[in-house]
Amino acid sequence: MSNPFEYAPAPESRAIVDVKPSYGLFIDGEFVDGTGTAFKTVNPATEEVLAEVAEASDADVDAAVKAARRAHTRVWSRMSGAERAKYLYRIARIIQERGRELAVLESIDNGKPIKESRDVDVPIVAAHFFYYAGWADKLQYSGFGTTPLGVAGQVIPWNFPLLMLAWKIAPALACGNTVVLKPAETTPLTALLFAEICQQADLPPGVVNIVTGAGDTGRAIVSHPDVDKVAFTGSTEVGKAIARAVAGSDKKVTLELGGKAANIVFDDAPLDQAVEGIVNGIFFNQGHVCCAGSRLLVQESVADEVMDRLKRRMATLRVGDPLDKNTDVGAINSAEQLAKIRELSAIGEAEGAERWSAPCDLPANGYWFAPTVFTGVSQAHRIAREEIFGPVLSVLTFRTPSEAVEKANNTPFGLSAGVWTDKGSLILSMANRLRAGVVWANTFNKFDPTSPFGGYKESGYGREGGRHGLEDYLKGTSVKGADS
Amino acid sequence: MTPTASPQVSGAFDDIVRSDSSLRRFLHGLPGVDQVGCEARAAGLATRSIKTTAKAYAIDLAIRMVDLTTLEGQDTHGKVRALASKAMRPDPADPSCPATAAVCVYPDMVATAKEVLGDSGVHVAAVATAFPSGRAAMDIKLADTRDAVEAGADEIDMVIDRGAFLSGRYLDVHDEIAQVREACARPDGTSAHLKVIFETGELQTYDNVRRASWLAMMAGADFIKTSTGKVQPAATLPVTLVMLEAVRDFRDQTGRMIGVKPAGGIRTTKDAIKYLVMVNEICGADWLDPDWFRFGASTLLNDLLMQRTKMTTGRYSGPDYFTLD
Repeated sequence: MSNPFEYAPAPESRAIVDVKPSYGLFIDGEFVDGTGTAFKTVNPATEEVLAEVAEASDADVDAAVKAARRAHTRVWSRMSGAERAKYLYRIARIIQERGRELAVLESIDNGKPIKESRDVDVPIVAAHFFYYAGWADKLQYSGFGTTPLGVAGQVIPWNFPLLMLAWKIAPALACGNTVVLKPAETTPLTALLFAEICQQADLPPGVVNIVTGAGDTGRAIVSHPDVDKVAFTGSTEVGKAIARAVAGSDKKVTLELGGKAANIVFDDAPLDQAVEGIVNGIFFNQGHVCCAGSRLLVQESVADEVMDRLKRRMATLRVGDPLDKNTDVGAINSAEQLAKIRELSAIGEAEGAERWSAPCDLPANGYWFAPTVFTGVSQAHRIAREEIFGPVLSVLTFRTPSEAVEKANNTPFGLSAGVWTDKGSLILSMANRLRAGVVWANTFNKFDPTSPFGGYKESGYGREGGRHGLEDYLKGTSVKGADS
Repeated sequence: MTPTASPQVSGAFDDIVRSDSSLRRFLHGLPGVDQVGCEARAAGLATRSIKTTAKAYAIDLAIRMVDLTTLEGQDTHGKVRALASKAMRPDPADPSCPATAAVCVYPDMVATAKEVLGDSGVHVAAVATAFPSGRAAMDIKLADTRDAVEAGADEIDMVIDRGAFLSGRYLDVHDEIAQVREACARPDGTSAHLKVIFETGELQTYDNVRRASWLAMMAGADFIKTSTGKVQPAATLPVTLVMLEAVRDFRDQTGRMIGVKPAGGIRTTKDAIKYLVMVNEICGADWLDPDWFRFGASTLLNDLLMQRTKMTTGRYSGPDYFTLD
């Protein structure tokens, strides 16, 4: 029986955001032309070219670092914490006021559903600025000193363009550092809108500099001799290259890299909510999440039941126009990423895992991948080991809590994990034994500015968020308390 | 809805309902409900946007699902006649407006309602079993039920003994439902439809709601219903979500479809549509039918009518353009 109860499209209007035909670099409080070759950013849902964006050359990066240095020594580091806090609060308030504009721009540039950019990303972005504004005049209580490092060079990925910007810029500024930030080449637009917000907030020139470009621009920032601190979120491969590049220098580095998180479902779990958590864990933001729950570990005794429920639930996921508020899963961010997801999925099939994709009509244009699950996966499969960074879930089974821990930890990564059980003591013992920066209990992919985030092993080092997020932006005697 | 033949409860659950302890083991072995996750899911579904054709469809469907209800001490024959007339022709100005599913009254008003409704297709539902508290001797509850069925009730809305449920006497609750089920039988071999009311506001936890749902379904309920409307909170989206999951899982296991009826506190079209979205996404389109989903409501209908008129004319009318009852 066909369903007469079809939801009518409810697209958010694009009129709220003014996308310019071309964008320059934001250096020393002004938009300037880049000296590199301009590149295009496209809407991944339609392949429409949104704007031309300047590429920052080595000289541009140098100008940005110089501006940041000037702003740091002359203005920002001399300002009292309470004064810096006022700017951060002001930025947070403007983000809230312009939230809809930011959300729409994020969705058209990134491909993520509006309900995520509007209801998840932008509110957490504002919350980060509010949270670190609160720390700016209380650094003496942080336990990490009060002296800023200087100029921070920050390189962020395309999966959460605004959110990663907030995670990087808010603590850096609160501590008295100035920044040169490079957004990803496929998603630069909201960072440039953020630059306008800095102007609107009367932030002193040079405190925040945004340079756009691809790998070369990123390399120029990381290797610039006058950058005191490098903060990077992105792939493990690039993270390793950065670690090599700064080795031997006195640059401080934090890396937030890939993951292959285990989402562990025990047989006494609240199954309907666990299924929601599995869906949220891997299909949130099209699976473009470093802490995505991409390895489902389900206890054998409930494996069939969980799979039945999961497939039924996946069949209700609505894939399509990111600006439609009824959309659950949006577009894959780029043609390159889509190719990579397809390649790894093909490998999964070739290795003998059983592939099932949710039945859904994918739009003709743009980059799309149906939510997909692989069953019959073992630890030896590549899809169980490598980060796919797309809406692809690998399902493994286990028999005992110890086996679950062993399998969960048997990975080069260690960013996050999830545990689903009704038993509180099991949650606590699992959390102690899992080697992951975050362990979610009966939930997944929950972010909060007060909670530190970061990984073990190849998932990187350093923590962002919370009090711990201040540590890598301050120098001074580290006072280790019982809770640090 | 066609009257069903006598109870078709199979012997599938005989082992489970053998004793209180086996029944307890089964009910407590059902997957738990995580409160935070359940409420988050319900809230997520409530943000779906329903417009234009989907909205017009949803409004007419919701009207067809309304059990137009009056359950007051002050009910009179005149009031019930008026209500029954309204159920048949909710919008006298627009003959294309569908009738409601049923009118829901106390047993002593069944004959009056039946007289007005005749063979219009609008059913008469009667609350029975010492509604709303359920605190009476078993023979009185059964007599209450038989009275209503004899007076012509098509559907019986019974309340469970919440005291027995909360003290863990699951078998008592089961047997009571099964006995009322038998009391719904008519001499001609057909049976009134049985809706079992949990009063979820008194059961308190979602785990209890899921257990009560399974208990009632195993005992032969045709419908499971949230509330009497006399206790707050009455129907909520998360409680209804848990019940929808239960009927969905029950069909998976037994092949039998059970209806769901949230009642109490659903007053606006917007609210009703949120419920329909939930039905659609949790159970699927099979349940988008008055045979399988109902709203227990008295004030919802007029808001649906107002929104319906807005859809057809493009303008809002004032409340004076719609009948009081």
